[in-house]
Amino acid sequence: MTEPAGTMLAVSRLQHRFGSGPDAPTAIGDVSFEVRAGELVCIVGPSGCGKSTLLRTVAGLLSPTGGEVVLHGERVTGVSEDLAVVFQDYSRSLYPWLSVAGNVEFPLRTRLGKAERRARVAEALGMVGLGGQGGKRPWQLSGGMQQRVSIARALAYRPALMLMDEPFASLDAQTRADLEDLLLRVRAEHRTTILLVTHDIDESVYLSDRVLVLSKSPATVLKTLDVDLPVERDQVVTRGSAEFVRLRTEVAKLVHS
Amino acid sequence: MLRRVVRGVIGFAGFLLVWELFSRSGVVREEFLPPPTTVFARLAVLLTEPPFVADVVATVLAWLIAVVIASAIAVPLGLLLGSVPSVAAASRALVEFLRPIPSVALIPLVIVLLGVGPETKITLAVYASLWPLLFNTIYAMSEIDPVQVDTARAFGLSRSRILWTVQLPHAAPFVMTGVRISASIALILVISTELLAGGSGGLGQVIFDAGAGGGRMDIVLSATLVAGVIGFLGNAALEKVQRRWLGWDDQIDAGR
Amino acid sequence: MSATTAVRPVRGPHRAGGAGARRRATSTLQRVAVPIVAVIAWEIAARAGDSPFFPPPTDIAVAFWETWLGGPASQLFLSDVAVQNILPSLARMLGGWAVAVVVGVSLGCALGRSATAMDYAGPLLAFARAIPPPALVPVFLVLFELGTPMQLATIIFGVVWPVLLNSADGARSVHPVQVQTAQVFRIPRRQWVFGVVLPAALPKIFAGMRVSLSLALILMVISELVGATNGIGLQLALAQRRFDFDTMWAAVVLLGALGHLFNSVLLAVERRVLAWQPGGTRKGGS
Repeated sequence: MTEPAGTMLAVSRLQHRFGSGPDAPTAIGDVSFEVRAGELVCIVGPSGCGKSTLLRTVAGLLSPTGGEVVLHGERVTGVSEDLAVVFQDYSRSLYPWLSVAGNVEFPLRTRLGKAERRARVAEALGMVGLGGQGGKRPWQLSGGMQQRVSIARALAYRPALMLMDEPFASLDAQTRADLEDLLLRVRAEHRTTILLVTHDIDESVYLSDRVLVLSKSPATVLKTLDVDLPVERDQVVTRGSAEFVRLRTEVAKLVHS
Repeated sequence: MLRRVVRGVIGFAGFLLVWELFSRSGVVREEFLPPPTTVFARLAVLLTEPPFVADVVATVLAWLIAVVIASAIAVPLGLLLGSVPSVAAASRALVEFLRPIPSVALIPLVIVLLGVGPETKITLAVYASLWPLLFNTIYAMSEIDPVQVDTARAFGLSRSRILWTVQLPHAAPFVMTGVRISASIALILVISTELLAGGSGGLGQVIFDAGAGGGRMDIVLSATLVAGVIGFLGNAALEKVQRRWLGWDDQIDAGR
Repeated sequence: MSATTAVRPVRGPHRAGGAGARRRATSTLQRVAVPIVAVIAWEIAARAGDSPFFPPPTDIAVAFWETWLGGPASQLFLSDVAVQNILPSLARMLGGWAVAVVVGVSLGCALGRSATAMDYAGPLLAFARAIPPPALVPVFLVLFELGTPMQLATIIFGVVWPVLLNSADGARSVHPVQVQTAQVFRIPRRQWVFGVVLPAALPKIFAGMRVSLSLALILMVISELVGATNGIGLQLALAQRRFDFDTMWAAVVLLGALGHLFNSVLLAVERRVLAWQPGGTRKGGS
């Protein structure tokens, strides 16, 4: 299969069922989409529609029942070397027996020399505004700070594609807004390709270049919307703009249809 | 579920097969470690012999009596000591002081004191199994979350109602765990005493007599298997009670 | 499974804060005062009862001094009897325990991470654990002959189960998100075992190690009572044959003190190793 230039991720006719047999519940019906290099794409859909299953299948944590996932030209079987995942459950995803810096360093331990590891950890923690906090335990930090550590760990790994599974769903509104802006800033600086799953319609519009709206389970892509908002976004100005309101209304209609 | 049972049976069969082959391989003398076929054949014969059955009954009875006596002493005492905070702390200190005394070290003493009758093994088993039960009960009563008690108080419940509806249900899983620990310790003590005292009957005595001078290992292993079955069934029964009546404990533990 | 795991006090959040220090001071006082009062009460009761079986603590203390202490400074004031018997006893006990811990942890972690292996081995392990270890003393006696090998075999077989079953329990308790995190970052096998599974299982492993340690002391005594050429258990048996109750009690006290000492040391190690746990050391099992 030939890839158009700049395609980072190509998902085609992906299906997933739990178990086997005619009665096995289908989580993903038939999903195809692409993510171009440097893009931030949000997948939004009603709760329980199979968003997380889709993300885990793309990550290679689940193997699809049908269809395929192609990451920069290579078909994905198992977990690819080139991606990182930020999970919703930061308190479980961070290992409590390691310090903040230890967690960020953990995936790099067998891959890089000590000096380079240190530099990357310091850089990543600086990027998420946690410089100097490396010696603390994750559980000594607030939820928002812990999720920053998770993001730092993914950044330090320097993946081609960063997958985020409802990363801000467990945080309060203010922290959530802060982290959304942090994500946009980091992404602008490093041109990281991001695929983010959320059930929050406003968040999906606010963050993305493109929004993928999924149907109720079994999931199919209802519509792909290009988000024509200025690259520089602002929690007050952007969310008040006519284009934002138009987009979020359209997404909301699709999600609730 | 069925697959798990089948796998468990295969696991057992595999172990017996390895044992059989090892015993017949000649690495050790076959009289010293008889193969399972010999042991099970001997066990089948033994189970038809009244003296052996009487020994099994003697061990099981001593064990049951010990567990019942230990529970009858430790649970009420623990509930009482545990419900008064200052007494709870003092009694815990006392329990901590007495608990490390290894009960088996008292075996020779109690044999001299009480002779070799069943009261010796029951006394020792009661003494040994008292501590975990007492400790768990005091602990459960004194470490109850004050919010739970305050909530009950806020709803205007009386002291005795709080005891029955909040404190005892809170303590029950800990007490049950204590009973299970105690039961396994009591069985060890009963069989150890029989083994060391002689003359009091029971499986330990069977093992001692058959094992003296390296004699009949098939009988020793048969009796050991029976002891294992007794311990296994006892634990399984208590576990079932715990699951059935205290099934909610898992959710409580998970939320901690 | 949890029958092998003793419950240990938890310091809940309501215990922390300003009142905590005073509380701790009171509890230390109690910890010292209560045993002293108990010993004095025993002394008075024993003097009044005048039973040869229950000598007063002062007589036991004298016997303790004569049996185990009073040696030269070069032997740390231990008597010859102490050197010739305590050291071999402790070597057997700690040696057997150490072997059981290594075997139990490695086997337990492997079993805990494989549901299939657990299906095959689970029932067998549950049965093996239910066998009272002293019952196997005669078997080990003929297989390994009298003395240290038999005693080691008895101790290892008897104490391996709590460690093994707790390790399996702990290794199984690695949370799915923790597992997925390791998968996503393609953590190599070695780092997965030592960096994730082992730390996650460690609180339960320690709970198992504590149960095993006290069991090791018990089995050390039993195996020495049955057949030994030296050891604390043998001294106990010899005193019994002489009807020397003071010395028997002195041996009991020594064993109790040793048990208390080992438990305290292990607890201190546990607190250090598990210092990463949120809110200090938590309940290890049950």
